[in-house]
Amino acid sequence: MKVLVFAEQRDGKLKKASLEAMSVGRDLADATGGSAAAVVLGQGVAGLAEALGKAGAEKVFVGDDALFAQYSNDAYGLAVGKAAQVFGAEALLFSATAMGKDLAPKVTARLGIGLLSDVTGIVTEGGVLFRRPIYAGKAFATLAPQSGKPFGLTLRPNVFPVKDSPKAGEVVSLDHGVVPGDIKAVVEKIVTAQGELLDVAEANVIVSGGRGMKGPENYKILEDLAREMGGAVGASRAAVDAGWISHSHQVGQTGKVVSPGLYIACGISGAIQHLAGMSSSKVIVAINKDPEAPIFKVATYGIVGDLFEVVPLFTQAVKAMKAGA
Amino acid sequence: MNVLVCVKHVPDTETRVKVAADGLHLDLGEANWVVNPYDEYAVEQGLQLKEKLGGEVTVITVGGDDATKSLRQALAMGADKAVLCSDPAFEDADPWSTARILAAAAAKLPCDLILSGKHGVGGDNQQVGSLLGQLMGIPVVTVVTGMDLEGTSLMLKREIEGGTEVVKASLPCVISCQKGLNEPRYPSLKGIMAAKKKEITAWKAADLGLDPATLAPSFQLKKMELPPPRPAGKILSGEIPDQVKELVKLLHDEAKAI
Repeated sequence: MKVLVFAEQRDGKLKKASLEAMSVGRDLADATGGSAAAVVLGQGVAGLAEALGKAGAEKVFVGDDALFAQYSNDAYGLAVGKAAQVFGAEALLFSATAMGKDLAPKVTARLGIGLLSDVTGIVTEGGVLFRRPIYAGKAFATLAPQSGKPFGLTLRPNVFPVKDSPKAGEVVSLDHGVVPGDIKAVVEKIVTAQGELLDVAEANVIVSGGRGMKGPENYKILEDLAREMGGAVGASRAAVDAGWISHSHQVGQTGKVVSPGLYIACGISGAIQHLAGMSSSKVIVAINKDPEAPIFKVATYGIVGDLFEVVPLFTQAVKAMKAGA
Repeated sequence: MNVLVCVKHVPDTETRVKVAADGLHLDLGEANWVVNPYDEYAVEQGLQLKEKLGGEVTVITVGGDDATKSLRQALAMGADKAVLCSDPAFEDADPWSTARILAAAAAKLPCDLILSGKHGVGGDNQQVGSLLGQLMGIPVVTVVTGMDLEGTSLMLKREIEGGTEVVKASLPCVISCQKGLNEPRYPSLKGIMAAKKKEITAWKAADLGLDPATLAPSFQLKKMELPPPRPAGKILSGEIPDQVKELVKLLHDEAKAI
């Protein structure tokens, strides 16, 4: 199978999720007796080909143009579609990031092929099968592509490992054919949330607060812990609907579905729609006053207690451990 | 200003799921079916534009007869017309088929703007709005949390990791709506009564000029499973400061999480 991976960069830096996708692409190509390539778009991005080669790309199609300096699904959609045609891609891989989720359907619709979203598992023995969560992880569906038909996938970040699998990473300049008039929806600027920690969708540690936080002013203690651990602050729907924190932090079926290495739930009872969004986290810590709270059923470790007492002590203990290490 | 709003009829987020006897589908039990929560933001946005600029709001869905419940809900909120695309050939429609059905219907419903929810809860694909825009050859802006319209020129805010993109576009286009865009209204009693009298147009594959053979899913379902139960956890005990010390030690030594 000829596998083409869209490699996402922002500010000239490759996303880790793109290297994960490249590693999946390499495995898929090897398992089916094919080849793997990447396509990267931006301005001054040819240097990124080396890292993609290291993760398994035989070829890297590079679209290096001022037209790609800012992401737009119009320009990127055309260029990735072009790369897929030039390479003869049979599988087209994206990361399920904000950019990947916006771009992938533009490309697959252009090519007239199907797209499977948010894949978390791949089986390659006895035919290729893909596994993906539905209902925010309440269930998992396993699906097979129709034989002989090209398809697209988006892959959930933080699920697949980055593997070293050095290949040539030969740079091929992409004759993309995109002209300025193709860009109909123009990104004017990006406003970065000020002084914020990582986004919950990208973080490997999430410190999340629910109704037990009692008010917006108390999120600071979660921020302190998240900062100490290099993580993000999350929230339950109850906290978001109460107006204590913005929706971009919400974890659950109507927020973000996350699978970090460590999820710390503070004052979150564990409504089913929240559990669906976080119960595939590797390690879960629950801190809650109510010993009967459903969150304890999915917790790896639980402390029954007042989060306002526990969380500051937790932050101190992590700090002390780091100082001692 | 005529707005077309795509909605989906979905089980609400409190629904508990089981694997059905065929091992391929889900048994949703007595699930309460509702308008997809994100689509409510799309309906509300359409209604606000109509109130400001005049014109009509049409809601459309692809689904079974039961999906009329969600169409009635949108009509009760204030939408003017509703279209149900329903056909046995649409039953297994995946996002790519759904988008082609909607594109065929949209061609018969001239409008200035198409709105949808960010994604449909359940399927969790987050594809249809984008596929539809691409099929219709008009711009698509997804995950929108802010919208200003001046004439035919739009300034939109869309959510990305750790920030917001400000995007300029013009009508006609497709916009997928995210929580934060507005506060959806509740239908008034008057609205609910009026909705009962509004007609729902039903279109089948033939009405849309679609060949059922072309609507087969792009991927074949092989298995449905529930996630494995998590192993029983450890509830710590003792004085709180000691519990915290033990927790950090466990996270470091046993779970290797920090």
